[in-house]
Amino acid sequence: MSEFYTTNDHFVLVPAIMLALFGCAILLFDFLLFPDPKDRKWLLGFFIGGLAFTGYGLWRQQAFLTANSLSEITALNGSVTMDGFGLFFNWIFIVASLIVAIVSYKYLDIEGEHHGEYYALILFAQCGMFFLATGTDLVTLFIGLELMALCFYVMVGFLRGEKRSNEAALKYLLLGAFSSGFLAYGFSLLYGLSGSTKLSAITAALAGRDPWDPIVFFAMATTSIGLLFKISAVPFHMWAPDAYEGAPTTVTAYLSVASKAASFALLLRLFLGPFESLRPTWEPLLVVIAIATMTVGNLAAISQTNIKRLLAYSSISHAGYMLLGLIAGNETGIKGIAVYVLVYAFMNLGAFSVVVALRRQDLIGEDIEDFAGLAHRSPGYALLMLVFLLSLAGIPPTAGFLGKYYIFLALMETGHYLLAVLATLYVAVAVYYYFRIVRSMFIGEQVAKAPLASSLGLRVALGVSGALTLAIGIYPEPFLRLAQTSILR
Amino acid sequence: MDQHLLSIVLFTPLAGLLILLFIPKGSSNVIRLWANFVAFVGFLVSLPLVSRFDRSLSGFQMVERFDWIPSMGVQYAIGIDGISLLLIMLTTVMGFVAVLSSWSAVEERLKEYYAMFLLLQTGMIGVFMALDFFLFYVFWEIVLVPMYFIIGVWGGPRKLYAAIKFFLYTLAGSVLMLLGILTLYFEHFRQFGVYSFAIEDLMRLDLALGTQQWVFWAFFIGFAIKVPMFPFHTWLPDAHVEAPTAGSVILAAVLLKMGTYGFLRFSLPLLPQASIHGTIVQVLAVLSIIGIIYGALVSLMQQDWKKLIAYSSVSHLGFCTLGIFALNPNGIAGSIIQQINHGISTGMLFLIIGVIYERRHTREIAEYGGLAHVMPKYAIVFAIAMLSSAGLPLLNGFIGEFTILQGAFEASWTWAAFAVTGVILGAAYLLWLYQRTMLGQITNARNLHLPDLRPRELAVFLPLIAWAIWIGVYPKPYFDILERPVQQIVERVRPGYYQGVQASAPPIRSDGGAR
Repeated sequence: MSEFYTTNDHFVLVPAIMLALFGCAILLFDFLLFPDPKDRKWLLGFFIGGLAFTGYGLWRQQAFLTANSLSEITALNGSVTMDGFGLFFNWIFIVASLIVAIVSYKYLDIEGEHHGEYYALILFAQCGMFFLATGTDLVTLFIGLELMALCFYVMVGFLRGEKRSNEAALKYLLLGAFSSGFLAYGFSLLYGLSGSTKLSAITAALAGRDPWDPIVFFAMATTSIGLLFKISAVPFHMWAPDAYEGAPTTVTAYLSVASKAASFALLLRLFLGPFESLRPTWEPLLVVIAIATMTVGNLAAISQTNIKRLLAYSSISHAGYMLLGLIAGNETGIKGIAVYVLVYAFMNLGAFSVVVALRRQDLIGEDIEDFAGLAHRSPGYALLMLVFLLSLAGIPPTAGFLGKYYIFLALMETGHYLLAVLATLYVAVAVYYYFRIVRSMFIGEQVAKAPLASSLGLRVALGVSGALTLAIGIYPEPFLRLAQTSILR
Repeated sequence: MDQHLLSIVLFTPLAGLLILLFIPKGSSNVIRLWANFVAFVGFLVSLPLVSRFDRSLSGFQMVERFDWIPSMGVQYAIGIDGISLLLIMLTTVMGFVAVLSSWSAVEERLKEYYAMFLLLQTGMIGVFMALDFFLFYVFWEIVLVPMYFIIGVWGGPRKLYAAIKFFLYTLAGSVLMLLGILTLYFEHFRQFGVYSFAIEDLMRLDLALGTQQWVFWAFFIGFAIKVPMFPFHTWLPDAHVEAPTAGSVILAAVLLKMGTYGFLRFSLPLLPQASIHGTIVQVLAVLSIIGIIYGALVSLMQQDWKKLIAYSSVSHLGFCTLGIFALNPNGIAGSIIQQINHGISTGMLFLIIGVIYERRHTREIAEYGGLAHVMPKYAIVFAIAMLSSAGLPLLNGFIGEFTILQGAFEASWTWAAFAVTGVILGAAYLLWLYQRTMLGQITNARNLHLPDLRPRELAVFLPLIAWAIWIGVYPKPYFDILERPVQQIVERVRPGYYQGVQASAPPIRSDGGAR
């Protein structure tokens, strides 16, 4: 091994390498070994194998960190840092990818667009996310972000025959590119201010500057705009409902969970690192944006009839809640974001999996009316959906409550009382629209008689996310410890 | 076994629910039998609480405590004092009565129906047992979901509106309450360096009056909506009218008491200076009095039998909150007794409406008249329930109202004067209701051949009637049970109250209300 690529570098990069290798392998095998559509299951197997190797790599890193009681391992001259934070997010990415893939298996068949590339794209996207969660260099971060985003542009438009999907992909691509432009511009200003692309150097350079210095403010603002686009905060949320609605439902799930988590990882790295000293300038801005995000997300969701759009707006409002944790900015707040991201992953994947289950050859299953009487035909699914919706709304004893709990506590601790009141009242608004689905499922008249199209993968995914949504709610201790490790730096 | 008595009481309904889920959907009678059996066992296992309870001890008894979420400082801590004991007994009795009364009233989706009731039962018992604020909050919220479904699935024509209104209203209140809880929790961390939700720990806090007031109002929103106090009562008539009979019974008899219990268990002991602060007491008393009189006046105007009883709840709960904020032993003890009384009498009144609704499917008062001729047993039961609700001596309502009025008078004679108006109005709307429905000639031909109470229906009423008479004739055991906890609350809010009373006025015994 040369100076440019040491064993240490390799140790840190193994998960990303595994993701990329298995992604490429799936692409190759797709047309070399398994051209027959029936053999897709091998590709899925390969995919799961890839995730297993990635997970093994992460597990060894985690073991290494604990064994040597280190807080981080850096690689590639400090461009990549694996720490508790990075590990925590990468575990979420793995689970999200896995759940999305096994749910997709049957769904893509029904949509008639089952191609091997799909699995490769998920792995490549996750590779990008790996660097978003671990990168400590502007260039690494930017490349990670673009790798993830490019995969998503393709996946959103994966239903080639469907107009909505194409439109969504185009819209997402254009706005995504636009936001990346902002981000790149902000990054270039940061580089200009500090003369380095390393976050640590930028942190040091910005710490000495007046936050109100126009150029510093401008660098912070343009970077933030790019980031806020990615987490679909208002007023940069326009792409989200359309992209969510048009994309294949499984991709929507992946987009709303993994992409959001990765973008939050990047956001936290920047705001808690280089921008920490600029808090006086960005905090008021973020307060306004968080309020707007919760308001628009919650109020717009009320009138939606398409469930994917509803969940899109709800996901916007969840981004608002997570931003509140950053505004509070204390340990509870950051831990709150970590817990929130974790529980959000399971409950949202679960909710989308139920939507996927409704999709059949003859039924799109995306309207709230399509849920009518679900409790009669498939009580199990209805019950699980109830758990996910309660959790999304933040009602104890489900996992979602814990996420909100920490956010509220952080706000109270830091004296943001009015924000806390507003945030809690929006819980009631959220219950209103989530319970439109509940009402439809349990009280509405049955529209279709046939039970849901289910597959083994779907059942496993639902079982896992349902069990975890309840388990985190009822006995959160181990999960809170996990989240705690993510903020010990 | 013995040291887990409370947990057994708490989780019996839940365990029954889990088994219920495995009974096949089609076998309706097995489901009914099982649910009734579980509810009855739930009552039976709560009986030892009464015999084991030591009324001479102050503080909580039969405490169970272990760490639940150590990193948040949350404990699974349950225990009871006299106040919770009475409310738990009310819950287990009314829970059984509600389940029993549903035997023929509910035909569709039986399994879900009983499952919801059993879940509700665990939630409510949990609220009255929890000694950890977090645990309390969890149970408090758990109650919302089954009640939403009970109203929303098995309710009347406007059930959807009523169900979501109930849910949103109470939820909005409880999330604001959560902010108050978090403030105390954080204050505890600031003062003692550890996070704790335990009530006993939070009692040790040294809070500035300003903080106490803010937290008080946060709690107030949560509790006042639940009670419901004027002007937060608007969800109640809708929920009551649309809910199925058993739902109304539980709602009136137990669910509303969660609010008053919250005041007694949390607001007063944790925020003593705010609770005795002039403005707060004034506001609470005025709202209670408005509730008493407004609820009674609106009841007078109702054309719908169930709505009338629903508004009467607003009036009666006004008495309960007035008693609490009289902040003296009579007021508080009377309030708790009255909460039990209201559970018994209003529970009975809703059951009575359920009986007639099953026969005629209307609740228009004008549809009835002279029912006493065809349904004599029914008329007698209704008369007892009505008189107990109106506060006739020798029945339970009198004891509660009288003691509250004593307490109110001690606090301010104007409060008592206004509250007495409520008693008079209460007698008026109840007697008038009775006259319009039961007495006179049968005006509607469809009422000519209504069957009288069946034995099962009578069996539902008999324990409640017996209980009402017991409290009415011999309330001493109840006052004895309440003496210690009430004394603790009063001492906490008004340190030195008892010495002061002994010096200046004839001694007030906490069981002296009935004489």
